[in-house]
Amino acid sequence: MAKGAKIALAGEGGQGVQSVAMIITEAAYEDGREALYIPNFGVEQRGGVSVAYVQISDEPIGSPKFKTADIVIALSDRAVRRTQRYVGDKTIFVYDADIEGVEDDLPKNAAKVLAIPAIKVAKDELHPRVFNIVIMGAVIGATGVVDVDRAKQAIEKKLGYKFEKDPKLRELNFKALERGMELVKEEL
Amino acid sequence: MADKPIEGEKRVFMTGNEVVAWAALAAGAEIMYGYPITPQNEIMHYWTRLAPKYGRKFLQTEDEISAGFTTIGGVLAGRRAFTATSGPGNTLMQEPMSMAEMMRIPVVQVVTQRGGPSTATVIYSQQEVTMTCFGGNGEGARIVYSTSTHQELFDYTIKAFNTAWKYRFPTHILGDGYQSKMRESLTMYDPASRGIEMVPTEPYVAKGGVPGIDRDPNHLRNTYNTEDELYDVVMGIMSDWEKYAPEIAEYQEFDAEDAEVLIVAHGVVTRAVQAAVKELRAQGKKVGHFRPVTLRPLAEEQLRKRAENAKVVLVVESAYGQLCKIIANSLYGLTTPIKKVLKPGVGVTAEEVVEEVSKLL
Amino acid sequence: MSVAPKMPKCWRPETKAHKFCPGCGHGLVLKALGEAIDELGIQERTVFGCDIGCSLLAWDFFNIDTVQTHHGRTTPVITGIKRANEDVIGIAYMGDGGGYAIGSQHLVNAATRNEKITVILVNNTNYGMTGGQMAPTTLPNQKTETSPYGRDVEATGNPTQGPEMVAAITPDTAYVARGTVANVRQLKKFMKRALENQISGNGFSFVEVLSGCPTNWRTNAAETWKFIEETMPQYFKIGEIKVPGEKKEG
Repeated sequence: MAKGAKIALAGEGGQGVQSVAMIITEAAYEDGREALYIPNFGVEQRGGVSVAYVQISDEPIGSPKFKTADIVIALSDRAVRRTQRYVGDKTIFVYDADIEGVEDDLPKNAAKVLAIPAIKVAKDELHPRVFNIVIMGAVIGATGVVDVDRAKQAIEKKLGYKFEKDPKLRELNFKALERGMELVKEEL
Repeated sequence: MADKPIEGEKRVFMTGNEVVAWAALAAGAEIMYGYPITPQNEIMHYWTRLAPKYGRKFLQTEDEISAGFTTIGGVLAGRRAFTATSGPGNTLMQEPMSMAEMMRIPVVQVVTQRGGPSTATVIYSQQEVTMTCFGGNGEGARIVYSTSTHQELFDYTIKAFNTAWKYRFPTHILGDGYQSKMRESLTMYDPASRGIEMVPTEPYVAKGGVPGIDRDPNHLRNTYNTEDELYDVVMGIMSDWEKYAPEIAEYQEFDAEDAEVLIVAHGVVTRAVQAAVKELRAQGKKVGHFRPVTLRPLAEEQLRKRAENAKVVLVVESAYGQLCKIIANSLYGLTTPIKKVLKPGVGVTAEEVVEEVSKLL
Repeated sequence: MSVAPKMPKCWRPETKAHKFCPGCGHGLVLKALGEAIDELGIQERTVFGCDIGCSLLAWDFFNIDTVQTHHGRTTPVITGIKRANEDVIGIAYMGDGGGYAIGSQHLVNAATRNEKITVILVNNTNYGMTGGQMAPTTLPNQKTETSPYGRDVEATGNPTQGPEMVAAITPDTAYVARGTVANVRQLKKFMKRALENQISGNGFSFVEVLSGCPTNWRTNAAETWKFIEETMPQYFKIGEIKVPGEKKEG
């Protein structure tokens, strides 16, 4: 079977999981790797948990969705519950440390369960709006699916027009990416 | 106005719906008729954004019945015309598709399968196989390409216009919601740059000259007065169908030659099966895969040859036996048992296929 | 010795005498239409679409490219042709069942979009081809095969006021009229104006024609004409209903 990462990203609408998935897969595609991204898009997308399924590999990718993820990132209490089904005994399960009341809902069968303070770091050290970039950093830190420079290029491509107006934003986003990577690496 | 939508070749990363719009542009499609339904919508969204730049047209109709019949009108006017739909919309579109079948009108219909029956899900299935191949009150004289990757979506959307206009059968791209909504990479190209010549179109009506003076009028009908008259017409259609079927039918094989377990799957499911076969072969298991690219017509002879030598045929599909019916019908008379993995309305992963095959070995 | 009446130039002599029942109004409607096409000199550009029902019998009526479609679907087929080739003069020919029942969504939406096509709808108050069932235009208390005790408007509603409905939903550039086979001269004028409205690219045009069906009405010639001339106009007002920038007649 194709070697590579299967990533399930889940959060509430507005947390930016779909744009993170999009930037990561584009970065992998620019890197010449096989990349596939599909959002969940039921009627549930109105007011439900937003899930992005990402696969990056060096071989052709099989089915667009998968049963078991290599890494699950859950960004809300509902997302924690919703993503249990993608957890297997080799899965790294990452959730935000600020999510309350999910202690009993965390997967018992995962290889690792990591709580990272992404929301807090974004809010205290950076800016709440770069929360999704912190998460993107966490995904890259946990999987190594794309090179950090390639990830920065992908961010540049997506947000470059904003950086033109305010170069400080570039710095902020790149910092967010690096902090996200560190957060995971500290825990791994 | 821009000249060619795509110059030469271009590597891109996009959704399947966007791919279809670009492919139709590249194929020289001149007009699209459509009605909103998920997961097809973005084909129209991209088309309506791109089409005016290249002098192409769009009409949003009042329903899918109308979308199908206006597409027929576009073809009668001699244009490369197409429509796209899904699920309940495809159900409504069976009426115009049966007219196209009877009158040999080369419409191109893109189907993005969603769950069924009824409204079901807007997500994914392979439950529109029977309807797309055999819907309407007809005999199924339709060409159905079941794609599995974005590259194929691009290649076969272009090809569909050519097949339709060459053979004059309604031609269908059978995709699904996964293919519509997922993003992956592909190479888009200008057909001419690859030596693909677009089959010329011609009007059925308003052909020039005064009918009755310069030429006979073209009187097109689908109603017949007597059984004998109809019989001759239908037998004419089906005799052409039988004649051209072998040259239209397409398939792919993966380690099928010496396979003891022959997995048959189509569309996006073939991706999981191909991965599973690789894995099982690595384990030393004699597993192969036959993948019909055209569901209508089916490459029956080739399939029979492989099935004959296998110990078991395993049909895997995201429907409750719609592909299996077609396969079983074409394998009639062989003693090879047919097993099924039927997952109506949900995706199939490589892991599941490996697991199912392992049960058989 | 009887002399065959003079045919419009765009009629196809090889397919005459036509296939309609004796006393049927379709022949008169198609005569008015044929003359209008002749006088406008548009035979070469015209595409004629006919619906299911008795109108399908016109599939080889003209020396004009013709497509016979499904029940109610002539409007979208002609719309599709016209959208793909604006030089065509598209005529959709149908009955009351095709236009007001099974194909009503197409008529309503083509009218709303102000499609540059001409719809000609023959109102004979019943489904003729299928054996005389109740139609949207069947008159109150009128007996048909599916209203054998007479149309009960409490249960089945009132006769559809087609042109009035079309006039209500079209912009000022549309042309809408109701003619009758009892006045072919006027009917031809309405048809010409309808077609001119399309030729000029103005907008949608719609002509309903009151017509007779002696076979299913089970009427003799005198009764048929009495019904067309006296009874039907009590429910269906004859005349032009919407004329772009002109004074109405009737």
